[in-house]
Amino acid sequence: MSRTITIDPVTRIEGHAKITIYLDNDGQVEDARFHVTEFRGFEKFCEGRSFWEMPGITARICGICPVSHLLASSKAGDAILGVRIPPTAEKLRRLMNWGQLVQSHALSFFHLSAPDLLLGMESDPAQRNIAGLIAKYPDIARNGIRLRRFGQEIIRILGGQSVHPAWTVPGGVREPLSNDHRNQIKRMLPEAFDIIGLALDLFKEAAEDLQEEAQVYGNFPSLYMGLVTPDGGLEHYDGVLRVVDSGGKVLEAGFPPERYRDIIGEAVEPWSYLKFPYYKPYAYGGPSYYKMGMYRVGPLARVNICDRAGTPKADEELRAFRQLSPKDKPVASSFYYHYARLIEILFSLEKIAETVEDPTITNARVRSHADVNQLVGVGVSEAPRGTLFHEYHVNEDGILQKVNLIIATGQNNLAMNRTVQQIARQYIRNGEITEGVLNRIEHGIRTYDPCLSCSTHAVGQMPMHVTVIAADGTVVSERTRG
Amino acid sequence: MSVVTLTVNDELVSAQAGQSLLAVLKELGLEIPTLCHLEGLSERGGCRLCLVEVEGNNKLLPACVTPVQEGMVVTTHSDRLVKYRRMILELLFAERNHVCAVCVMNGRCELQANAASIGMDHVRYDYLSPDLPMDASHDRFVLDHNRCILCTRCVRVCDEIEGAHVWDVMGRGVNSRIIADLNQPWGTSTSCTNCGKCVQVCPTGALHARGATVAEMEKQHDFLRWILDGREKKQWEHNR
Repeated sequence: MSRTITIDPVTRIEGHAKITIYLDNDGQVEDARFHVTEFRGFEKFCEGRSFWEMPGITARICGICPVSHLLASSKAGDAILGVRIPPTAEKLRRLMNWGQLVQSHALSFFHLSAPDLLLGMESDPAQRNIAGLIAKYPDIARNGIRLRRFGQEIIRILGGQSVHPAWTVPGGVREPLSNDHRNQIKRMLPEAFDIIGLALDLFKEAAEDLQEEAQVYGNFPSLYMGLVTPDGGLEHYDGVLRVVDSGGKVLEAGFPPERYRDIIGEAVEPWSYLKFPYYKPYAYGGPSYYKMGMYRVGPLARVNICDRAGTPKADEELRAFRQLSPKDKPVASSFYYHYARLIEILFSLEKIAETVEDPTITNARVRSHADVNQLVGVGVSEAPRGTLFHEYHVNEDGILQKVNLIIATGQNNLAMNRTVQQIARQYIRNGEITEGVLNRIEHGIRTYDPCLSCSTHAVGQMPMHVTVIAADGTVVSERTRG
Repeated sequence: MSVVTLTVNDELVSAQAGQSLLAVLKELGLEIPTLCHLEGLSERGGCRLCLVEVEGNNKLLPACVTPVQEGMVVTTHSDRLVKYRRMILELLFAERNHVCAVCVMNGRCELQANAASIGMDHVRYDYLSPDLPMDASHDRFVLDHNRCILCTRCVRVCDEIEGAHVWDVMGRGVNSRIIADLNQPWGTSTSCTNCGKCVQVCPTGALHARGATVAEMEKQHDFLRWILDGREKKQWEHNR
């Protein structure tokens, strides 16, 4: 008898999703799918608005990473204006982006994933959340909250508010950084460095006990894509696109990001609202072979594709990371997204420390003024979860005619589905499903820290509904938790 | 000029005959919500937010177009008035697409401020969500019909103060729309002097400067007083 198992909703991720596992007659996993069950519609309803408003509007796509949308949207706006923004404005935008990387990655590691990593994948679900973490490891939980707060404070200092600051605009940023604020950031840095050091030790300790998980939590060959600096360093704001294959071969060394459509296609499946972007040159047989072009983006991809981080401490940690995979091959297991995230926090802190010492960072000239000079603008930046593309087509008045957004999480869609299948196959044997196994499958999704919307469910207490359905459609058993 | 005596909220008040009730209430320091009223422009009585109760009259009267009368007994704040004022604001929000969070006037909008001060935290009516365009054809300014509440301050200031009469209202009821000249893109208007008075008096984000981003637009009304004092009293000193 074949059966279908549904995990709905998936908890401790940002947004709404469910997982369906199809069992064959012998109770073995036949297929597994990660469905995104929400629809936002930003691409459509932004049509008819002015591109000036887009940073403010698209920031609302997400409450965790509004800064990514602000930046990609402002950069698309810069392109429409056809201006080069003042150098200080670019440094300030980078500063805010690093602040955001710190807060978003800290949220993913401490609030969303640490309960699984520290309390155990199969521990009591009533305790397996941030509240349980606070009860058992209060210091770690407090550190996580403090580190996230550090990132949020940088965003608030620069943009006036920590969520949806309307501070970056086409042409630059609205307010310069004052000397007082610069000193305020400086004072907060030492504690953040201490916490990330502890977090790295913590992860390495936990990873030793989770070697089996590291082998099956999304461990498969795929392509990796992200931005790098023109000389191959770790990059989050600008730079060129690089695509690397599972053997470490560089397929695209310095592709211009604004021509992303030449190498990225988007496929659609009827069972998910999330599109499936793919690397076009690998879908040899045409769009229906899109799965051949599976690539991963985000922290794991970024640290895999870069030649170096470019800051001393992060480079040291990157060398240790590279040891996980032999012969300079990229690290293939998505389990190590966690590790990559911590390396990026360390990198961001070093870059923030470097930037606040820059004497030009408090310059008052931070905005270039112009009107519509180009009818198409593409803005690309690295969001915490991966490469983010905003493409706007406007008329002569600056009114949007067409909008295309490729969000980081979408690009990991193929890999997330593959991860769900891999974990389900490893842990579901003969149709036996325990709560712990379901959590393992969910954790496979959490490694990607998917951001499916602007809604967050940081405390994993949403009910999970599992239904086992026989081939004839009758419900065999039903289980609810939470 | 003769003086009349009236009762406002149980207190005896004297006023000059011919004054509008709203002017008297404002002199008394009472907080009366308004949207279409603007000091220096003719009164329209369109938004109905300044409705008050007048004894002996079953209907609520808009204070801006009601002249004071001897022996009038006026109530400016009652449960009934708050209920209707709130209802008016909710209907304004439901009629077009007022998305404060991403509006250029967020934090400085008169519609938003009125809603906040009356405690309007949600809208009980279905949003009409009309499909309305933005007119960004002008070199300096943008007209966004989505944020327009049809107060006609722009129509009046252009006609009465600037003397250009670019703006008019087209259509009826919920389909009314502000139009430039003979319903053409603002940028092609031959009568517009690019003075920007309409933008400055607009209470919402419907008229704003080109290139303004979220919550960035600031508007100044005081130029109206300056122009009028100059014209009427020949006082051209302007203390901003």
